[in-house]
Amino acid sequence: MASILRLRKLYYVEPAVKCSSVRFESLDESPKIDQKLGKKEEDVICANSLALEVKNKRKQAKEWRCMDSCCWIIGCLCTTWWLLLLLFHCWPVTLLRAPELPGPGVRLKREGLMALHPVVLVPGIVTGGLELWEGRSCADGLFRKRLWGGSFTEIFKRPLCLLEHLSLHYGTGLDPPGIRVRAVPGLVAADYFAPGYFVWAVLIENLAKIGYEGKNLHMAAYDWRLSFQNTEIRDHSLTRLKSKIELMYITNGYKKVVVVPHSMGAIYFLHFLKWVETPPPMGGGGGPGWCAKHIKATMNIGPTFLGVPKAVSNLFSAEGKDASYIRAMVPGVFDSEILGLQTFEHVMRMSRTWDSIVSLLPKGGDPIWGNMDSSPEEGHVCDFSKKSHSQTSLSDNNVNNSDVKRGFQVKGLAKYGRIISFGKAASVLHSSKLPTVDSKEFSQTSTSQNLNISCGEVWTEYDEMSRQNIQNAAADKAYTSTTLLDLLRLVAPKMMRRAEAHFSHGIADNLDDPKYNHYKYWSNPLEMKLPNAPDMEIYCLYGVGIPTERSYVYKLSPNSRCKSIPYQIDSSLSGEDNSCLRGGVYFADGDESVPVLSAGFMCAKGWRGRTRFNPSGIATHIREYRHKPPTSLLEGRGIESGAHVDIMGNSALIEDILRVAAGATGDEIGGDRIYSDILRMAERINL
Amino acid sequence: MSLLRRRKPINESSDSKPLLEKEEEEHHEEDPDEDEDDGSGKNKKTPSKIKKKPPPPQSKWSCLDTCCWFIGCICITWWLLLFLYNAMPASFPQYVTEAITGPLPDPPGVKLKKEGLEAKHPVVFVPGIVTGGLELWEGRECAEGLFRKRLWGGTFGEVYKRPLCWVEHMSLDNETGLDPCGIRVRPVSGLVAADYFAPGYFVWAVLIANLARIGYEEKTMYMAAYDWRLSFQNTEVRDQTLSRIKSNIELMVATNGGRKVVVIPHSMGVLYFLHFMKWVEAVAPMGGGGGPDWCSKHIKAVVNIGGPFLGVPKAIAGLFSAEAKDIAVARALAPGFLDNDIFQLQTLQHVMRMSRTWDSTMSMIPRGGDTIWGGLDWSPEEGYSCSKKREEDDTQITDQAGAENAVCKVRSANYGRIISFGKDVAEEPSSDIERIDFRGAIKGLSAANTTCRDVWTEYHDMGFAGIKAVAEYKTYTAESIVDLLHFIAPKMMARGTAHFSYGIADNLDDPKYKHYKYWSNPLETTLPNAPDMEIFSLYGVGLPTERAYVYKLSPHAECSIPFKIDTSADDEDTCLRDGVYSVDGDETVPVLSAGFMCAKGWRGKTRFNPSGIRTYIREYNHSPPANLLEGRGTLSGAHVDIMGNFALIEDVIRIVAGASGEELGGDQIHSNIFKWSEKINLQLEKKTSSR
Repeated sequence: MASILRLRKLYYVEPAVKCSSVRFESLDESPKIDQKLGKKEEDVICANSLALEVKNKRKQAKEWRCMDSCCWIIGCLCTTWWLLLLLFHCWPVTLLRAPELPGPGVRLKREGLMALHPVVLVPGIVTGGLELWEGRSCADGLFRKRLWGGSFTEIFKRPLCLLEHLSLHYGTGLDPPGIRVRAVPGLVAADYFAPGYFVWAVLIENLAKIGYEGKNLHMAAYDWRLSFQNTEIRDHSLTRLKSKIELMYITNGYKKVVVVPHSMGAIYFLHFLKWVETPPPMGGGGGPGWCAKHIKATMNIGPTFLGVPKAVSNLFSAEGKDASYIRAMVPGVFDSEILGLQTFEHVMRMSRTWDSIVSLLPKGGDPIWGNMDSSPEEGHVCDFSKKSHSQTSLSDNNVNNSDVKRGFQVKGLAKYGRIISFGKAASVLHSSKLPTVDSKEFSQTSTSQNLNISCGEVWTEYDEMSRQNIQNAAADKAYTSTTLLDLLRLVAPKMMRRAEAHFSHGIADNLDDPKYNHYKYWSNPLEMKLPNAPDMEIYCLYGVGIPTERSYVYKLSPNSRCKSIPYQIDSSLSGEDNSCLRGGVYFADGDESVPVLSAGFMCAKGWRGRTRFNPSGIATHIREYRHKPPTSLLEGRGIESGAHVDIMGNSALIEDILRVAAGATGDEIGGDRIYSDILRMAERINL
Repeated sequence: MSLLRRRKPINESSDSKPLLEKEEEEHHEEDPDEDEDDGSGKNKKTPSKIKKKPPPPQSKWSCLDTCCWFIGCICITWWLLLFLYNAMPASFPQYVTEAITGPLPDPPGVKLKKEGLEAKHPVVFVPGIVTGGLELWEGRECAEGLFRKRLWGGTFGEVYKRPLCWVEHMSLDNETGLDPCGIRVRPVSGLVAADYFAPGYFVWAVLIANLARIGYEEKTMYMAAYDWRLSFQNTEVRDQTLSRIKSNIELMVATNGGRKVVVIPHSMGVLYFLHFMKWVEAVAPMGGGGGPDWCSKHIKAVVNIGGPFLGVPKAIAGLFSAEAKDIAVARALAPGFLDNDIFQLQTLQHVMRMSRTWDSTMSMIPRGGDTIWGGLDWSPEEGYSCSKKREEDDTQITDQAGAENAVCKVRSANYGRIISFGKDVAEEPSSDIERIDFRGAIKGLSAANTTCRDVWTEYHDMGFAGIKAVAEYKTYTAESIVDLLHFIAPKMMARGTAHFSYGIADNLDDPKYKHYKYWSNPLETTLPNAPDMEIFSLYGVGLPTERAYVYKLSPHAECSIPFKIDTSADDEDTCLRDGVYSVDGDETVPVLSAGFMCAKGWRGKTRFNPSGIRTYIREYNHSPPANLLEGRGTLSGAHVDIMGNFALIEDVIRIVAGASGEELGGDQIHSNIFKWSEKINLQLEKKTSSR
C-alpha cells in the first residue's frame, strides 16, 4: 500500500516535469515528440496534457480572457468551499445538533435499566456485508474489501466483474470455482448498510447506553446468499452461533440470551432452533433442552415467517425486489442501462443463484395466502391518500356471503390470492371463467422445449424455454401461491430443483412424520415444531400502515430479443383511488416488504397457546408499530417509522427490545399491541 | 494520508508549470519569428497565444484575482491527475515497479500454493501492545459522536481534534487499572482489529493476505484481540477475553476436523499467550478450567514473532521518563508529534500519566534480574561490537590475533547497568562508584506543588530530596530497577506487582506459583504438559536495539519529569549513541529477550519445560528496503515490519500447512544468541542439584 503511494508520488512528479520539457524542446526545434524516453506511460500522460493544452490554446488564441475567468471562477469556488469546510469543522459539535429528545437508551438508563441478558442480532437478507477472499484477476486489489455493502463504488467501476463474484454456482448454490466471497463478521457486518444508511446501528447505540458492549452483544453474520444449511456446511455459521451463545451464556453469569432477528434472519433463526437440537450428522447436537437452557426470548423484527410475495416477482422477473431500498437509495441505477441495456437480466442471473431468495417464497400455499377467489386479507382498503377510512369495500363474490348487504363497492376489491395474474382481466374475473391451471400441462410442454441456440451463452433459464411455452404459461391465467411454485418450476427448473432440496413451502399434515426431521423443513414454521422451551418467549415486532406488495399483474414483455426476460409487471394498470392496484401491483397492509399476514400470523394464531406447531406452549406476543413518516427532512428516516428497515430506528421498538433485554417479560411490556386486522385475518385462515 | 501524499505532487507540478510558462514567454519574446517559421501545428498555437495575451490586463486584474486564478489552475490539475489515477488500471503500479527494479518475487502465498500447500491448521493471531485498535463504547460529553469509532488505531484524527479528551478516554483508572467511571473503551474485534494499525501501515495484513492465498478465511483465522492496556488477568475479569479465546479455539478445532490450532503471537501477545496457556489449564475460579491436557489437545505450535519473553529495556525508559517507548511505532508514523508542544508544553507528562495507568506496560519490564540482564560489571552481551560490518570483514584476520587483541581492546559497554546517571558512571569499574542507597530516602514535600495543577505524575509526590536520592544511587541493574520504580511510582507498581512478577523461581513446585501474577513470566512458570507441541521463536536481528541508558537530571525539575536521557552522551566504541547503549535485536526487543528461552531456558527437558516441548529459533537478518518503491521492505527485520518479511511468512505458512520444526530446517541463527545464553548462569535442572 505504502509502496503504491510512494510510487505514485514519484511517478507523477516525473512526467509532469518531463512533459513540460518535451514541450519546451519541441518549441525550440521540431514537433517530434521525444521517443527515447522509452516509457510509454509517460508518453500517454504527455500526449494527454499536450492535447489538452493544445485544445485550450486553440481557444485561447482568441479568448484568452475566457480561459482566465474559468480558472478564476473555479479558484473562487474552491476557496469558498474550503472556507466553508473549515468553518464546518471548527463548528462546535453541539451547535450543529438540533435539540433532540434523549433516545430511548438514555431515558431507560435513567429509569435504572441495566444490561442483563446477552443479546444476539441476526441480520436479514441483503443487509449483511460481503467481502472478497479470493477472486478472479478482474477483482485485483479487492482482497478483504466489501463487495456488498459499504459504498458500492465497485459496482460503478467494474459492474460485470462484481456480478460475477457475487453470483454463486448455479448447480450447487455454493462458491463458483476460484471465487470466495464471505460474510463480514462482527457488528460492522450490518450496522450500516451503506455510509449513513443505518440498519442495526441505532439499536446497537441504544443498547450500549444501558451497558452493552462486545462481550454481551453479538452479530450473527452469515452469508445471506446461501441456503441456511449451506451456511453451516461451508462456513460453520450455525456452529459458530451455537458456540457464541453458549459462551455468552456462561461468561455473563448464566443469563439466557435474547435473540433479535430481522427479516429473513427470523427464519434463519428458526432453522437454527431446530438445527441445534438435532443430533450431530445433520444438526448441532445440543440436545433437546438446549433452547430452553440458553434462550430467553426471540424478538423477530419484521419477520418473513410465511414468505413475501416480493420474492416471487423477483425470481420471476427480477422486478420489485426485496432490495427495494437499494433502489430507493440509488434510484434508477438498476433500471438504467449501465450494464449494457440488460440490468434486469444480469440481476436476475445473479439473484437466481442465491438459494436464500427461494426461502422467501410464500409458504403454506392456498390455505394461508388465499385461493383463486378468497384471501384472508379480503376487504382491506388501500388508501393511498393516507386518510383513515371506514371499511367500506366488501366482496360480492366472497365465499361466505355474509356481508353482501353493504357491498356497494366492488371495483376496489383485490383478489389477493392470485399472486400472479396475466392481464388485468385474469386478476378480477371469477375463477370459473379462467382456464384451470394444470401442473401436468407444464410437465408435458416443458419436455418439448427446443433450445434456442441462436442466443449463444445461456444466461437465465428463460433462454432454454421455447416461445411457445412462455406464451402457454401466460395465456390468461392466474396463479395462487400453490400453483405459483409449479410456474417457477416451469420457468426455472434447475434453480427450483437446487433450492427445493433446502426449502419447503407446504403445510405439514402430521408433524410427527419422520420426514420432517430433514433440514429442508426447519425454516418453514408450518412444517416444524418449536422446541420444547416453555419459558421462552417469541415476539413478532413489525410495522403496519404502509402499502405492501401482495400480488402482481403481469404481461408478456414486448421485446423478444435474446436474453431478455419474457415477462414484466404491467405497470400501466392502476385502479381507482381506493383500489389497491397501483402500477400492476396489488397492495395490502404491511411494512413495505412483508405483509402483515406473513409477519404476524404465526404469533397471532399458528403458535398462540398450545398448538401442534408449538407443543410446549411458548408464549407469543405481537407488537405492531404504526408507520408515521418523518415530519421534516431533518429527522432523516424518522424515529416512528414502520418501514421494513427503517423500523430499526423506531424508538418504541427499541424501547421494547431494551426492556426485554434488561429482563422484562412480554406481559410486563404490555402484551399485544395491535393496530392491523391481523387477528381477523388469522381467524379466516382455516388451519 | 493518501490525500496528503496526493497533494504533494500536484503542488510540485503546478509550481513548476507557471514557472515554465514564464520561461516560455521570455523565450518567445526573444525570437518570435523563428517560432512562426516552425511547421508544427502545436507550435503555431503557442506563440500565437503569447502574442495575443497582453501583459497584465488593462484594468483591475488584482492580486486577489491572480490568487483565485492560481487556485483554479491547481484545482484543475489536481482533478485531472485524480481522474487519471482513478482511470489507471490496478496492475499499473506493479508494472512500473517491475520495470524499475526487475521482476518482483512471487509473494510467498502464491509461491507455496504452486507447491501445493493448502490450509490445514486453524490459525490464531495474538496481537501485541499498541497495534490493536480500541473503540469507544461509552464516553464523556466531550467524546460525543465517537460511539464505536476508533480512538486508537486508524487515522488518529481525534488526537488532533480534541487531544485532552482523547487522553482522558484512553487512560484507565489509576487505582484499579480498569475503566474509569463512565468511560468504556473496548478492543475492536475481528481481523480488522490489527490488520492495519493506520491506513497504509500494515501489521497483520500481509500475513493474512498470504494465508488467504492458500485457502484460509474467516472460519480458519481468528484474531484474539484484547485490550492491550489492561493487565492480562484483567482482560478476563472485565471482558472475558481469555474465555472467548478458549471458546474460539475449541470451536475452530471442532469445526476443522479436530486439527489443532497454530498460534501466532506477536510482541507482547507472546506474554499474553503464555498467560493464556497457564490460565486455561488452571482450575475454574482463577483459571479457565480446561483441564491439564487442554494445550496438548488444542495447540499444535506457538509461533512467537519478536517475543519479549524477558522484557524490553525500552519499557523502563518509557515508565521512567516517557521517552523511547514502544510507541516508537506511533512516533515513526508521526515523527516529532509526541514531542511536540500541542498539549501546551506538557505532552510527555500527559503521555506518561496516561501510559502509567496502563498495567500492560509493566509486563515488559525486564525479568530475571541480574542473572539474565547482567550485573554492574558483566552482561551476557559483553564484547558485542556495534559496527557489525567491520567485525564481519575483520573476523578472519582478528581471529588469529583475537586472543591478545581482546585483552587490550575490551572496552565494551556495561550493558548490565540499565540506567546510569552520567556517562562516566556508565563506564567506570564498579568499585569506583559511590552509591548512596535510595531506598530509605525520605521524600520531601514538593514546595510549589499546586502550580502543577492537572497534570499528575507521581513525581510530584517525591520532592527534591527523593529525586536527588535516586540520582545519587548512580547506576541501576535489572534488579534494582524494579526497586527504583517502586520508589518513584509506588502506586503504579503496587497495581502492577499484583499482576506481574519479575523474578526467577527457585522452586517451581512452590504453591505460590499457582497465582496468576506469575503466569506471564517464563522464568516462574512451567510450560504445559504437551510434548507434541512446538514453540518457535521468530525474530529479526541486525538492528541496533536499546539496551541501557545514560540519564541526567532534567534542568527544570518542577512540574516536569525530573529525569531525562542524556542525549549528548556518545561513544563509538561502546555502542553509545544519544545516551542509549544498543545491542543486536529487532529495534525494540534485544536478541537476548527474544531468543534466550528457546535457546536455553526451554531447550530440552528443563525445569521450565518439564515435558520437553521442542523449541526452534528462526532469526531473520535485517536488510533495509532497496528503494522507496518497496515501502517497508520484504526483507525487514524490524519489530513490526518483520510481519511483512517474505522469509518469515513462508515459514509461518509452512507451519500452518502442517510442517514441523525439523521440516522447516530447525534453527536458523545469525546472532550470537547461543554464546550469550551460555554466559547466563541459570539453574535448569530441578531442585535436586542446588547451585
